[in-house]
Amino acid sequence: MNLMKSDNRNTPDRSSWRDKKNKLFLGLVVTLSIVTVLPIFLILWKLVKEGISQINLDFFIKVAPDPLEAMTAVNNGEIIPGGIANGITGSLLMVLIASLIAIPVSILAGIFLYEHPNGWYARLIRNLTDILQGVPSIVLGLIAYIWIVISITKGFSGLAGSVALAIMMLPIVIRSTEETMKMIPVTLKEAAAALGVPYWRIILKVMIPTGFSGLMTGILLSISRILGETAPLMLTALGSTMINLNIYKPTSAVPLLIWEFYNNPNMVRLVWSSSLFLMGVVLVLNILAKRINSRFGNNQ
Amino acid sequence: MIRSREIFTSDKIAKVILKSASFLVLLLAAGIIFSLLKGSIPAFREFGIFRFIFSSEWNPTEGKEVYGAFPFIFGTVVTSLLALIICFPLSFATSLFISEYFKKTKIAGILSTLVDLLAGIPSIVYGLWGFYTLRPLIVDLGLSEQGYGIFTSSLILAIMIIPYATSLSNEIISMVPNELKEAGYSLGATRLEVIFNVILPVSRSGLVAGYILALGRALGETMAVTMLIGNANLIPKGIFSPGNTMASVIANQFGEADGLKLSALIAIGLLLFVVTAIVNAAGKWIVRRYA
Repeated sequence: MNLMKSDNRNTPDRSSWRDKKNKLFLGLVVTLSIVTVLPIFLILWKLVKEGISQINLDFFIKVAPDPLEAMTAVNNGEIIPGGIANGITGSLLMVLIASLIAIPVSILAGIFLYEHPNGWYARLIRNLTDILQGVPSIVLGLIAYIWIVISITKGFSGLAGSVALAIMMLPIVIRSTEETMKMIPVTLKEAAAALGVPYWRIILKVMIPTGFSGLMTGILLSISRILGETAPLMLTALGSTMINLNIYKPTSAVPLLIWEFYNNPNMVRLVWSSSLFLMGVVLVLNILAKRINSRFGNNQ
Repeated sequence: MIRSREIFTSDKIAKVILKSASFLVLLLAAGIIFSLLKGSIPAFREFGIFRFIFSSEWNPTEGKEVYGAFPFIFGTVVTSLLALIICFPLSFATSLFISEYFKKTKIAGILSTLVDLLAGIPSIVYGLWGFYTLRPLIVDLGLSEQGYGIFTSSLILAIMIIPYATSLSNEIISMVPNELKEAGYSLGATRLEVIFNVILPVSRSGLVAGYILALGRALGETMAVTMLIGNANLIPKGIFSPGNTMASVIANQFGEADGLKLSALIAIGLLLFVVTAIVNAAGKWIVRRYA
């Protein structure tokens, strides 16, 4: 049956070995592709299985427990009291400040690159943006440490963490802005210019609103990237056991708490619930970004 | 007349604002290089650039402080290359699945979304999973006693860089002209033969660029590696031995660092910056030139 089928479809001089090799390779491709995506399911399953029991209201509104409390709870076989409220507020604060620093500059720089497709200066900026995007996050942590921790806040601080995260956001938003602007029909801009609209109003009233969904996608993706960043925050924000909204003081963040829990044998169970929470937020942001892009982006 | 002049000046102001925003990028890049250089000077002056890079002694004991970056440079290169080798068959197969065998089908769309999700998982979550799932597996297989080491780190790195390797490969492979493939089929070639004799030669430089960019990612990964490599400040004896990478040594040793040690860590950061910048620039250059 199989032989007949292949006889019908193929030229007669095909040796069966070549056919077999062809099929084997397809099998290999499918198997390896499945192996490639397997870790996602394994990771998500592990996070849900180990983490779900600790997720309750306290998890979101209480700060991280001290090691003694956690040890007592573990010894009594209870769930660990407390939560990650200090991490959630810290993460929100730092992401907010990073966004305030990075987004306006990035959108303007992105529009500049779009307006200047050629020229040595624009090309230099474009290359530098690419280089910035490739800089390892730990190096940005060192930079924020030198610039902010040593010189400005004279100690570990949320501001330093925000600056490190802002530098990470910058190239992502710049490039996504440039790409978004390229998709907007030039005729729209020309129509506005022909009506005598000043250039800055064209940017604010035509280009940014038209490209809004594309810009949002870039911003959401960059936020989802920096939310999980741990290494630069270890060098800058350090962590805090309390909810802290003073950006000149050490501040906690969800990934920092994961790192602390990981290093403390009594808190290990909190590791999974915090990771599950972080993973959930990152996934939702990713999906949201894709949704916005496909819903509005395709209409243009 | 007055109105048009107003528009003219406001246009100028808008252009200046845009340009100064772009100038901030230049300033930022220059500032990063300047600060890293300045921070490294004490270490370079104490040990000499050459000796700092090629010495494998790392001794933070006060009075006898010696810092050499070689074990970490070596560890970074070995873990990243090994990750690339492990990543290649997986990501190449995935690219073929998405952009050749099942091109534009629903299942290819699902697979490509899942691969994108891999890029969204935070490094520290990879590290946790590696620590609690992969590491015991390595121990059970008898590959290493503790499960820490170069190989475990490379394995997790390989998974982490798959999305970066595939995204460019997908684009390149799906751009191979149909006429070329059809010409191959009309000569009686099997799909496998078309892949290796038509698609691969046509898309080779693009694929190479994709893997170079993925390598750039692997070089700077910190958290997952820090949690799995075993943090030994020496040249690893084998792929199952513990070691340290440039990124992981910064993360590990930073807490108690000041003075000369801090400078040595910043110098390692500078080297890491230079290496990743060169690798990324090479990848981008190939993309622009050939792909």
